[in-house]
Amino acid sequence: MSNGTAATKKGHFPWKHVVGFISSIVLTLVALWIAFYSAFSVRTIIVLIFSLAFIQAALQLLMFMHMAESSNGRIQVGHILFSAFVAIVVALGSYWVMEFGIHLEHHM
Amino acid sequence: MRMDNKIDPKELEDFPDEERPLEYQTETGSLNIFGFWMFLGAEIVLFSALFGTYFVLIFRTDSSVLPTELFDMGLVLAMTFTLLTSSFTSGLAINEMRLGNARRMMIWIGITLVLGLGFLGMEIYEFVEFASEGATLATSAFWSAFFLLLGTHGVHVAMGVAWFIIILIQIKMRGLNPVTANKTFIASLYWHFLDVIWIFIFTGVYLLRLVIA
Repeated sequence: MSNGTAATKKGHFPWKHVVGFISSIVLTLVALWIAFYSAFSVRTIIVLIFSLAFIQAALQLLMFMHMAESSNGRIQVGHILFSAFVAIVVALGSYWVMEFGIHLEHHM
Repeated sequence: MRMDNKIDPKELEDFPDEERPLEYQTETGSLNIFGFWMFLGAEIVLFSALFGTYFVLIFRTDSSVLPTELFDMGLVLAMTFTLLTSSFTSGLAINEMRLGNARRMMIWIGITLVLGLGFLGMEIYEFVEFASEGATLATSAFWSAFFLLLGTHGVHVAMGVAWFIIILIQIKMRGLNPVTANKTFIASLYWHFLDVIWIFIFTGVYLLRLVIA
């Protein structure tokens, strides 16, 4: 079979991966700190930790998965963004529609 | 196996700085990767339904075993960093693959596999622990949603492990070529994706439940 390996064999250090990895660790620890050790209100904490989760997800899609590369990159990014939109509508929408049953007194 | 037409590099300028990577060198290969991104979009929506269920049922513990008593953040953090590191090492495997180092690539995939198995081991340990404390799929609506979401993710991880093992065997037999490189790249996309889902499990399942407790 063909052995058409890439010609660019010079020491390619995987900067993107290392940056993605370190920032993922930092974002995880920051989320943990905000959740358990900060003095924010519960609502603020929830908004903050979910924002951090979305930032980390975007980082990994770009740094680890190279979502935007190749000629299909734009379509791939658009597709994932649309999926994320549908996902938010499904998850948050379910919560919103069912909210009357979530905060019953005897469960709080 | 017959190879389909190679893409003329001059035709497309999507990899301007470097030579076109192996996994993108055939038309089928490029389309496989593109198609896999479409599949990942569907997976995102699949998991969003499970997350929605969990959010809705988040207080429905039926006064039985409470998650606040059972959730062990130390274990969860260990799982988080194990899976994150495995995602990183599978990325390094692809980096080596693009440099043409089949051997180093296989070593990184091996490390990824070990970490993946470690993650599965911890998850199984967690589930057994929860079950022994009286929290099972049938205990309450909350635990049903919890085990359904985490279980679906765990099954995905198990499939990823099996997938990587099969790919390692295939590369051992056939070496690195546009077809095997393409398969490896797609498996690594899948593996990264499992870590992306885990970020939301870490935040939306564990942190969220303990914060609102």
